[in-house]
Amino acid sequence: MSSIDRRTLLKLVGLIGATAAMPFSLARAADRPLVVGFIYVGARDDFGYNQAHAEAAAIIKTLPNVVVIEEENVPETVAVQKSMEAMIRQDGATLIFPTSFGYFDPHVIKMAERFPDVHFAHCGGLWTEGVHPTNAGSFFGYIDEGQYLNGVVAGFASKTKKLGFIAAKPVPQVLRNINAFTLGARSVDPEITTTVIFTGDWSLPIKEAEAANSLIDQSCDVLTCHVDGPKVIVETAEKRGAMTCGYHADQSALAPNGYLTGAEWNWETPYRAHVATSQAGQPMINFLRGGLKEGFVKTSPYGPLVSDEAKARADAVKAEMLAGGYAIFRGPLKDNQGNEVIAAGTALGQTDVVLESMDYLVEGVRGQI
Amino acid sequence: MADLDLATFFLALLAGAIRVGTPFIFVSLGECLTEKSGRINLGLEGILVSGAMAGYAVAYLSGSAWTGVLAAGGTGLLLGLLHGAICSLPRVNDIAVGIALMVLGTGLAFFLGKNFIQPQAPSLVAIGLGDWSDDERVRSALSINVLFFIGVALAFALHWGLRSTRWGLMLRLVGDHAESARALGYRPVLVRIAATAAGGFLAGIGGAYLSLYYPGSWNEGLSSGQGIMAVALVIFARWQPMRCLWAALLFGAAGAIGPALQSVGISTGYYLFAAAPYALTLAVMFITCRPNQTLSGAPGELSLTR
Repeated sequence: MSSIDRRTLLKLVGLIGATAAMPFSLARAADRPLVVGFIYVGARDDFGYNQAHAEAAAIIKTLPNVVVIEEENVPETVAVQKSMEAMIRQDGATLIFPTSFGYFDPHVIKMAERFPDVHFAHCGGLWTEGVHPTNAGSFFGYIDEGQYLNGVVAGFASKTKKLGFIAAKPVPQVLRNINAFTLGARSVDPEITTTVIFTGDWSLPIKEAEAANSLIDQSCDVLTCHVDGPKVIVETAEKRGAMTCGYHADQSALAPNGYLTGAEWNWETPYRAHVATSQAGQPMINFLRGGLKEGFVKTSPYGPLVSDEAKARADAVKAEMLAGGYAIFRGPLKDNQGNEVIAAGTALGQTDVVLESMDYLVEGVRGQI
Repeated sequence: MADLDLATFFLALLAGAIRVGTPFIFVSLGECLTEKSGRINLGLEGILVSGAMAGYAVAYLSGSAWTGVLAAGGTGLLLGLLHGAICSLPRVNDIAVGIALMVLGTGLAFFLGKNFIQPQAPSLVAIGLGDWSDDERVRSALSINVLFFIGVALAFALHWGLRSTRWGLMLRLVGDHAESARALGYRPVLVRIAATAAGGFLAGIGGAYLSLYYPGSWNEGLSSGQGIMAVALVIFARWQPMRCLWAALLFGAAGAIGPALQSVGISTGYYLFAAAPYALTLAVMFITCRPNQTLSGAPGELSLTR
């Protein structure tokens, strides 16, 4: 016995231990549930952006071998880095969905560099090959298709030929929605204008109510928006007898009279795709996009004030979008300063990434970035 | 065209000042009352948010908006009482307690209010003072909530009450010189607790206005710092209820100017106008709180001046 000194004993024990643990640890790795983290910028039940995400997250929760953790009200500051780090270190999350636009640069990028084994599926950012880490990626839906259809329906419904758009911040996605909405309305009547009001942040209920009132005072009779929670805007417009087109989720319950239709998210589709690749251990899907056709977005049912003519036109455009290849942004297209932004003969398909760095408002929009 | 737009713009600004300013009236009058007794309650933000949540929840559950307003006031009263009671213990700093109350109030409201973001509660009805007009815009601008008139009446009442009643004199004495008050047989601690509770009650009502009338729904971003701004507003108003009223309307107009300008097509620098209320707060603090200048009109017992 004395021939085995302490060092050898330790070696032996360690070897036995490692051999014994090997098959089990491998088996556990395969069985271990995928921990998925969702981070929302606002409340999960805001009748809007965060609710659309949370509804899809609830579906992901029901998938086998998946554990979902959620955190809401995380501002687009260094706070989101702390939330992500906590999810990774404390909960063992290996797939994170930071769902707000402002999380991407620099927060998601920084964390992706620090944790190369974790997948970061950001919603809305523009992931660029060679610039951003490969374990990060962005997915988004072409909701401007829904906003274009909103515009078509609004164009038929408006009597004053003035529409209102309440927007949070002039980021490319918001501008694209404003432009698509305006183009849709002007495809019905080129005289129509859209007045845009930027409130400055994603959720400012008092500003949004003020903006809705101001627009209605300026005789805009159909309103739509791109803020996180459209509830206040839809309710204010309904009280004042104006019509609304919804955004993010179905708000028809809030405005049974004036709700025309709406552009809604269907995040379940991209979520499922990311969860499937993570579970299969495949590399990250860095760039994932889709519109009506791919099931990333959907439209609300038509409200009582939508005419048959409007339904027919909107349904025809929708059918073209569902078939694929419908281009909302076609040249010649001018911005509202009079500069040509898309040359005649050019049609930018929905998948064109140029559209994701949009920095102009088209002709017919009253407002400035 | 330009004339019409200008007229609508000023109408929108006036209407906005009343709509956005009403909660400021309540919160600042409440804080004015509290500070007159010699205490600062920084927790008004928490009370405002709690009031908004409680008002909305109770209005939804009971089906009556006015019951909601009372519940909001009651919540504010309780939180004010809590602040007043804690601050009456020896060696307790009222500013620190206020900050704690702010965090407690907002946290509780977010936690308890989770289930009330979705449902629609009945809202308070407005009085249509503009029904004589054919213009929809005028009618909308002049449909004013009765709480606004209550707020205005309250400002006058406080102005008169603080100046010409025995109660007002006692409150001011307690706030200015507690030892004299004690020598006269008053009990400063009780007066202060009562003043803080009353201030909380008013702030709670301000919260109910937010959730039950304008913008008229409960969510977590509802207050956006209005309770904090109201504290600055009281300093700006030099602890005088009538000035609180004007200052509240001014802050309301500052909040309304951004959307109103953009709707008439002036959108250059809208982000600057969006910051107007906050910039105004900073300016007020800068002008009134320089170290080499004593605050005229400040109650002598305030920890701010002592």
